Amino acid sequence: MPKVRVATAWFSGCSGCHMSFLDLDERLLEFAGKAELVYSPIVDIKEFPDDVDVTLIEGAVGTSEHLHLLAEIRRKSRLLVAFGDCAVTGNVPSLRNPIPREEVLHAVYGDGSVPGLEGGEVPKLLPQALPLHAVVRVDHFLPGCPPPPDRIWKFLRQLLAGKEPELAREDLRFG
Amino acid sequence: MITLRIDDIPVQAEPDQTILDAAKAAGIRIPTLCHLPGLSPVGACRLCLVEIRNWNGKLVPACATPVQEGLDVVANSDRLRELRRTILELLFAERNHICAFCVANGHCELQDLAAELGMDHVRFPYRFPPLPLDASHPKFGIDHNRCILCGRCVRACSEVEGAMTWGFAGRGIFTLIEADLGDPWGDAKTCTGCGKCVQACPTGALFEKGRATGEQEKRPAIVAALTERRPRAQG
Ligand code: SF4
Ligand code: SF4
Ligand code: FES
Repeated sequence: MPKVRVATAWFSGCSGCHMSFLDLDERLLEFAGKAELVYSPIVDIKEFPDDVDVTLIEGAVGTSEHLHLLAEIRRKSRLLVAFGDCAVTGNVPSLRNPIPREEVLHAVYGDGSVPGLEGGEVPKLLPQALPLHAVVRVDHFLPGCPPPPDRIWKFLRQLLAGKEPELAREDLRFG
Repeated sequence: MITLRIDDIPVQAEPDQTILDAAKAAGIRIPTLCHLPGLSPVGACRLCLVEIRNWNGKLVPACATPVQEGLDVVANSDRLRELRRTILELLFAERNHICAFCVANGHCELQDLAAELGMDHVRFPYRFPPLPLDASHPKFGIDHNRCILCGRCVRACSEVEGAMTWGFAGRGIFTLIEADLGDPWGDAKTCTGCGKCVQACPTGALFEKGRATGEQEKRPAIVAALTERRPRAQG
């Protein structure tokens, strides 16, 4: 059986969801036997590849670069998974949402010219940090801050076995 | 005795009981949020909606509808599951519920219900309203970001403590829970500092000072324990 082509990406999040993924520990060996990690912050590949079976995205959509990459990922992935609370709800990065973007940036960078506000090379901060499904179609939601490794594994095992992943009750708890 | 059916099970109830009471006695689960034993029912949140077959499928709140002879009640169906989930999603979309760093994380009735009812995401756009937090009271705080306007605090304060400190101010999505006539809670002359509102609150909106993320456990059962000792309060 050909390996499932899996990608992961990291938007406005703290990397905690990826850390929780690495906490699969010895289950990572089983994962490696069934899946190939074709793009991820933990592998050194620059371009998002074609024909990805499943992409897990951690983090909210917070910058113009996330918007750009999200559109590309959606186009090139068969299944898209909102991985963790920031991707599912906006969560911690959405704390800035009630405050105007300019105010947030000036509070952090002072009064001078601010990177990410207008022109320049730095991706622009969006007015609000949004959950993935506010921007593109999302196929599955894997909540938790971060989702505990057992929950991630329950989800991935069903997916790798070609089943429709189903989570219920405690495995859907936010926070 | 009144006889009715809930989810096709024949159930007996006393005339002064509600559909929710009868369901509980029969071991049938109906989710609730604004309802709290010991306080008067108000039917505010609509999570306990049930369907009455012989009233043309009319939806009524089980917590606030008295039993009647011959009622044919549906307490669990795909239609009700979808309605209840939608209500929850609207509650989450309305204010800023960031469970990961809420004092009530892991001990919140709203969060519990989201998991129970299979709410894996919110289909409505979040409003992200700018809302205040009032920490002026020496012992407690109120964070309007987490308030679902269930009114359990208002009823605990007026019906059990008798202080009538809390009330609703404003209308619609602009409604806020308010102490006295909009004073900071710490300045409210009527507040006795008893903390019943905090214990009755189902979410992280009312909290005890000094609690960090996930540390605020509530004791809502204290309300029924008190009113049972003081039957007058239920009058
Ligand atoms: S009040 Fe409940 S649902 Fe709201 S943020 Fe806190 S834990 Fe989450
Ligand atoms: S503060 Fe708590 S008890 Fe009072 S209305 Fe808001 S959520 Fe309900
Ligand atoms: S619990 Fe019945 S309407 Fe809220």
